[in-house]
Amino acid sequence: MSTFKAEIDVMPLEALLDPQGKAVSGSMKNLGLPEIGGVRIGKHITLQVEAKDKKTAESKVDEACKKLLCNEIMEYYKFSVSEVK
Amino acid sequence: MKFGVVVFPGSNCDEDLVYVLRDVLHQDVVKLWHKDHDLQGADFVFLPGGFSYGDYLRSGAIARFSPIMQEVVAHANKGGFVMGICNGFQILCEAKLLPGALMHNESRKFICKNVYLKPVSKSALPTKNLDFDKAYKVPIAHGEGNFFAGDEERKQIIQNDQILFRYCNAEGETTEESNPNGSMLNIAGITNKTKNVFGMMPHPERAADFELENTDGREIFESILALVNA
Repeated sequence: MSTFKAEIDVMPLEALLDPQGKAVSGSMKNLGLPEIGGVRIGKHITLQVEAKDKKTAESKVDEACKKLLCNEIMEYYKFSVSEVK
Repeated sequence: MKFGVVVFPGSNCDEDLVYVLRDVLHQDVVKLWHKDHDLQGADFVFLPGGFSYGDYLRSGAIARFSPIMQEVVAHANKGGFVMGICNGFQILCEAKLLPGALMHNESRKFICKNVYLKPVSKSALPTKNLDFDKAYKVPIAHGEGNFFAGDEERKQIIQNDQILFRYCNAEGETTEESNPNGSMLNIAGITNKTKNVFGMMPHPERAADFELENTDGREIFESILALVNA
């Protein structure tokens, strides 16, 4: 068995309003950065998985995302998995 | 009919529900601990408002996996009655017992105030016996009550008469201004296809005692009681 680390991003679906991101976008003007807009705010999750290979680790992370970490009605996720040496 | 009220770590409306069911409406009520696997014979299970598991990750996301929820899901799947109020509604959506999801309020603010509700479903227990021309005054208290469902689910909800309540003004008109949180179609509460699982963001248990001078919520409980005890 090896240890793998996953880096997961969970983001609000593009089609949905992200009020938090919108508020932060708005404040960019106030701090003198009017060039910046389109802020979207989600979650970054890291975790470790014990698995026999990378493929198995990825499938466990995918299951965790689908069952708990992400609510696919309003969010989407993407992740990368790498072995911890 | 025996009622059960689930207590999660972080529930804060469980006592209000027990008080209304037992002391105001004179029903048989038991509290159900989240770590137990036993519904203690309850026929109708309530999931109360609050901040179960600190609202970590997403409201209701962690509570869904607690031991008692496995029994609640089994009970609902057998046709047993389950109703979630506020955080309870969020938990039922996370558990997929109800369609859709509750997002952050559009204003991003936590909103605590009285709102008006228009009953919609003529076939669901909590609304069937209500006056469809009346605007019911019931308080809300939430930061994540912005109901959303994808296109397919939205179609189903409408087709199957699954909307319990819509936010409206004092005159009973469902306007954009009377929508406190940005909910799709002003939806404040829904039921499942088989009409045995109910969820609503407003708190009828906070509007059910004459001493509070806010009693419209009581009629929602009475609608349920009249039908389940019939």
